Order: sequence, then C-alpha cells, then structure tokens
Amino acid sequence: MIGISRRGLLKSGAAAGVLAATGFPVLAQAKRGGRLRVALSGANTSDSWDGRTHSDIFMQAAAQGGVFDSLTEVAADGSLVGELATDWEATPDAKTWTFNLRQGVTFHNGKAFGADDVIESLQLHVAEGSKSAAQPLVAAISEMKKITDSQVQFTLTNGNADFPYLMSDYHLLIYPAGQIEEAIANGIGTGLYSVVSFEPGVRFVGKRVESHYKDGNFGWFDEIEFIAVNDSTARMNALMTGQVDTINRIDFKTEALLKANPMLRIQELTGNQHFTFPMLTDIAPFDQVNVRQALKYGVNRQEMVDKILQGHGRVGNDTPIGPANQYFAADMEQLAYDPDKAKFHLKEAGMESLNIDLSASSAAFAGAVDAAQLYQASAKACGININVVQEPADGYWSNVWLKKPFSAAYWSGRATEDWMFSNAFEEGVPWNDSHWSSNDSERFQTLLIEARAELDSAKRREMYTEMQMILRDEGGVIIPMFANWVQALNNKVATPEVVGNLWQMDNARMAERWWMS
Amino acid sequence: MSPVLKIILQRLGLGLVTLFVVSILIFAAVNMLPGDFAQAILGQGATPEAVAAIRRDLGLDQPPVTRYFLWLAGALQGDLGNSFAQANFASFVGADSGGSAASVAKQIAPRFWNTMFLAGVTAVIAVPFAVILGILAALYRNSAFDKFANIFTLTSISSPEFFLAYVLILFLAVLNPWLPSLSNIYIGMGFGERLEKTLLPALTLTLVVTAHMMRMTRAAIINLLASPYIEMARLKGMSPMRVIVRHALPNALAPIINVVALNLAYLITGVVVVEVVFVYPGIGQLFVDSVKIRDIPVVQACCLIFAAAYILLNLTADIMSILSNPRLRHPK
Repeated sequence: MIGISRRGLLKSGAAAGVLAATGFPVLAQAKRGGRLRVALSGANTSDSWDGRTHSDIFMQAAAQGGVFDSLTEVAADGSLVGELATDWEATPDAKTWTFNLRQGVTFHNGKAFGADDVIESLQLHVAEGSKSAAQPLVAAISEMKKITDSQVQFTLTNGNADFPYLMSDYHLLIYPAGQIEEAIANGIGTGLYSVVSFEPGVRFVGKRVESHYKDGNFGWFDEIEFIAVNDSTARMNALMTGQVDTINRIDFKTEALLKANPMLRIQELTGNQHFTFPMLTDIAPFDQVNVRQALKYGVNRQEMVDKILQGHGRVGNDTPIGPANQYFAADMEQLAYDPDKAKFHLKEAGMESLNIDLSASSAAFAGAVDAAQLYQASAKACGININVVQEPADGYWSNVWLKKPFSAAYWSGRATEDWMFSNAFEEGVPWNDSHWSSNDSERFQTLLIEARAELDSAKRREMYTEMQMILRDEGGVIIPMFANWVQALNNKVATPEVVGNLWQMDNARMAERWWMS
Repeated sequence: MSPVLKIILQRLGLGLVTLFVVSILIFAAVNMLPGDFAQAILGQGATPEAVAAIRRDLGLDQPPVTRYFLWLAGALQGDLGNSFAQANFASFVGADSGGSAASVAKQIAPRFWNTMFLAGVTAVIAVPFAVILGILAALYRNSAFDKFANIFTLTSISSPEFFLAYVLILFLAVLNPWLPSLSNIYIGMGFGERLEKTLLPALTLTLVVTAHMMRMTRAAIINLLASPYIEMARLKGMSPMRVIVRHALPNALAPIINVVALNLAYLITGVVVVEVVFVYPGIGQLFVDSVKIRDIPVVQACCLIFAAAYILLNLTADIMSILSNPRLRHPK
C-alpha cells in the first residue's frame, strides 16, 4: 500500500486532522453535475437503512457510500482518514481513545451533529438482543464518554491499536440521537446524498445535499440512482445498452464482449476477498498437522486461479491477509502443488491414503463446486480421495459452514490484520471456521493478543508475519485463491487514479469519489 | 335463483375450500424448508444467541400448529401478518413491530400491481394476436402461412423463456437500441415510460403464451368446420372468413376461453425468470427473495395470491364458457 503509514497517522493526531481537512489531492478535471446510474448486485427485499443488517454491496454503497457517514473512513489508498471525526489520539496502552468530532455538520433533517449522536448510534449495536454484525467491535468498548459536544472518549476493555480502523466499519453508521427510529425508517444521515426514494430490493435514488463538509473533495454527482440487478447477465446488458453507467461484479464468461466495446472499460483490483476450504482442526483426521499439510500440498492453486477465477485473482498462501492489508507478507514462500510432499506428510501421519468428504455449494462462492472437483482431481495423485458433497445453496451458511468438518467458504477480508484474525482465528469466536485454538498453536493466540495492543509498527509487522507463517504451515484453512474485484464502467464516468480495493466499487464509495467526465 | 348465479356461488364455495386446503399445504411445505428466517437473515453471522433472539422476537419458537392457526385467523380477518424482514428492523429500534411499514400487504401491494400491469400489457398484446393468428391459421389451414405460424409459435414455446428474452434483448435493445433492456419500473413513473419499459418483458411473455392459445383456437375452429351447420352456412354462399367468425368462433369459444384463462394465471404466477432477466420488480422476484430469506409470512401470502389467481381465473373461464353456451345457460 502506498500513502501515509497508518502508524504514523495514529501517532500524530494533528497530521490526521490536516489530512482529513484537505482530503486527497483531487484531479483538476473533477467537476460537479450529472446523474450516476449504477446497477449493483446484493440487494434484498429485506434491506433497510439499519446499518446493523447491512451485509452486501448494495446497502453498503447506498448507506455508508451515500446517505450516512461513519467516524472514520478508509481512503482509496488504504490509509485511514477522518470522516465525522477529524482526529484522534490514544493513551500509550491503546486503551483509551479520544476522538475530536467535526463541527458544523448537520443531518439531512437539519439537526446538528454532536457527541450524543456518536454514542447513541454505537450503542445500537450492543443493545439488548441486538443482532448486529458489528456487535463484537462495539462490545469491546467498556465506556463511552461525552467530553464536550465535539469530543468523545472511548475506553476499551483491552488495548487495541486498530480501534480507529474499526470505526470505519460499514455497519457503524452515525444516526441523529433521539431520532434514530425515524432516521432508520427514512434514511436521515450526514452523508453527501439525501434520500429521494428507496424501494428495498429494487432501487435507491439520492440527491446531493446543498452544502457539505466534503464539498470540493468528494460528491460530484447531482443525483445518484442505484438499481438492484442481482442477475449478472442483466447487469452486463444494462451497461452495454447504456442504461447504467457502471456495474459491479462482471461475469468473466462475457468479459471479452465488454472489452470489445470501446465505450466501456473494466476496473480490476486485487483486494482481500478470498475463497477458502476450512477444516475443523478438532475433528479427526484434521486434528493432525500432517494431514493438514498433505491437504495443503494436494491443491493446485494456480489451476484454481486459472479455471475458477479465469485468471482474475492471485494464488493464496493459506493466510487471510491479502495485498490490501498493511502487513501482508508478500515475500513469504508460496505453497505449491507437490504430490510427493503430500504423500510424505500422509506417511508421517501414518496413512497410506486418506478418504474425506468436502462439502461445497454455489452459495460458498461462484464456482465452489467446480473448485472442489478440481481439488478432488489434484488430490487424487497424492493418495487423498476427496468425495465432493454437493450441498444445497439454501441454508448453506447455517447447516454446512462451521458444521461439516471440511467445507467451502468465502471471506471479504478485513481492513486490518487484527480484525481479520480476531474474526476468524481467535480461539472461541463464533466465526472461527477452523476451530483454530491454542491447542493447535499457542504461539498464534499469544501473538494475536500482543500485536493488538502494540503501537510499534516494526514490531507489529514481525508479529503479523510470524502469524501468517504459522497459518501457512499449520493452519486449518486452505486458502487457494484471492479473487479480484472486477467492475466495469462506461467512459462517461471518470475515477481518481487510485481506486479503493478493500471493498468493490471503490470501497463502495463510487458515488462520493467518481464524477462525470 | 338463476341457475348461473347458483353455479357461481357453488364454484366460489368450492374455491374457498380449495384455498383452505392449499393454505395447509403451503404452511406445511414452507415449514419443511431447511433453515429458518433467523438463520437465513443472519447468513454467515448466525450465532446461536442471535438466532434464538430473532426466533423469540418472531414467535418462531412456538409449535407449527399454533402458528398455523394464528396465521389463518389473521388471514381470515384480512391481516396477512407482518413481513419478518421488515419487522426485524422495526423491532431493532424498539418500534411497534405491528407498524404499517412491516405489514405483508404493504410489501406485496406495489409488486402485485406491477405484476398485474405486466400481465395486463401482455394479455392485451397476446390474446388478440393469438386468436387472430389462430383464426387465420384455421382459415388458411395447411397453407404456407398456417405452417409458418405453427412453426413460429411452437418454436417460441419450446424455447426457454430466458433464451427468448435474450434474443429479444439482442435484436431490440443491443443491435437496435429501440427498447430498454432494464425494466426497473418504480412508483411514480409516468404511464408512457412505464409502458415502454414493460414492453420487452411483455413481448417475451407474448411469445411464450401465444402458441397455446393460437393452437387451441385453430384446433377448436377446425373441429367445427366439419359440422353440418357450417356446411349449411357455406352452401348459403357465405365467405369463408364470415363462416368462421360468425358461425364457428362462437361455438369454439369455450375451449379458447379456458386456455386463455390458464395462460393468464400463468402470467400472474409463473414469470419469475422473465422478471429476473429484465429486472422487473414483480411479485415473482419478491416471492423468490422471500423464500431465500425464509420470510414465511410473505411466502405464504404470495402462495395464497397465486392459488387465488388460479382459482378465480378458472372460475371466470367456467362461467364464461357457460355464458357462451346456450345449452348450459338454459339447462333443461
């Protein structure tokens, strides 16, 4: 990643303030006007303006990328900048964080923004019976204190150097205090666009607010229209016939047609999205390191990237840390397909051959069943007989994932190493899909806690590199590939040179950052 | 009481009984789906506590028989219940989950009118087209025109709907940009624009339903052409067209009306593929979405609407055939 290092930013709240105030250098040709029409997947009739329920690109782009703001924001280059916060500082143990809030900001209904809004909005996620996906992030805060109207202080149960990053999570939207119910019903935020109309699972139209603190830096369109198009062919058609300006997730099979059209261009970014085969490391035979290693050598990663992603991705190294992460260990030796080594490890485990079931479904990721079959073929040469069990897509996440000993899954990745690890590899957390614990690697769990509160960047890099190595060598999740974000746009739309790769569509902020050329 | 009215009332009563049986089937089938709303809405994030919290909120922890009768009692009073998906978010903020935003009726209504609009536009195009084509095919039977009409309609009914949709998109939207390929109609859209956006899906559906109706028209008319009274009409020196339209068609109406009714019911209940291809916000998409997230009240309401559409249209078809047939209208 380029740009200002996150650690440098954290150490000097002043620098963050300057950065946030000036924004990023905007290209000279960016100009106001026009209507951005986007066809997006991931829309549902159950969509609402409640950030706690958001789980896909449509609402992410409409809410955080349009109508609402959060405290902080991951900029296109991966650095952290303030959104509703201007700057922040921590005590040396990274336990107490003080955020200075932006002044003079108003909600779409005219209410002034202040510290109460932040506290009340965050408390939504830990309310009694809350079903928020961001619940663990907020639950880590033991105390939220309003110091002045434009300053809040958070005390964490344990030190966390990444805390400001967590505040950029797309679930953590800021609503007007005392009017949250109304704000969720009608979509009242502090974002660049106010709601003109919203039909869940169908369409969202937003209008640029008259004046905004991001004026001159972001928010170039007069109007934005997001159309829910879950079918990829329909999205492609809509773009080809000029009914929309940009679409997410293009279909690789018809990519050539898009490329042949001189009016269109494709944007491809490698981010942290990865496809996985997790195994439960507390269930035989996966409790044996040698069996896991045999399985690691039995998968042909390059073949999967070529055939499942049609080249739109990169091989994975069994760690969930990707190129969009700060401490991605890019020079760590790559695992490769090696039947001899696989056989060797099987023998070490005292086995001649191995018979296992692998559960897969298209719900896990597009092409998951094909990927499992490729795995089956490549593992056969290693003496591993994989029986591919095709599971129904309906109910896959509740009945198969985390339940079957060996299955297929996907992760969108997270902005920080700690966030990713503590979601999927910390002992006892609900999404730990390999049941990875201190029985498997005590060192890993220790490093996880230590690195979280460590403010020294060099030390952190060392720790996170070691953790990635442990996962590569012993981990219970096969991560054969990182899938690119591939989106397409017509030439009427211009984008900055650096486009965000943490989430698709410029981190779901295309409505803020792009403009009509 | 006139015999026709009696028949109508009888049929309506039977229709209600059918609906009741269907409602039991729907409820049983929906409850047999693997996973439930709590698990589906939470997806990857379904922790046992969150699942239990949602189930408690929605009353999913009660036994199915209790839930069925609660639902039936509501439905009889015209209250189809509250959509789980929207209730879910209402209860988040402590709002009364019986609020209007969450009611199934409110969620289904706009989608239902969209579907009716599409079915209406299609019917306006397809029914006259198919009947006229059928009459002409009967008139010029075994001619090149007849063969062409048959081959054309049979080819289109034999092709999958999405294929027809893509062929039409290719010719009418991509190669010749006359019509929009996205039919994302919304509330507050002008009638002209709405019609323009609905035209491509309506044309696709026309291709799908024409064959049935056209073939039935043709067969019913040809069947009658051998009757003595048709021969009589011919001997009177009537033109072939007049023979068919004045003498054959009225007697062939009953089977034609039946096929038309069946196809109209299909247009209301079975067009989800076309809706997906054209991104048309009809009831089919809502139905599939709701099944996916196990929003049971919406699924049940959609099923009931579909069942009611079939029953009502069949009823209409029966009554129309009776009205078109004097022998049935005045039974001895």
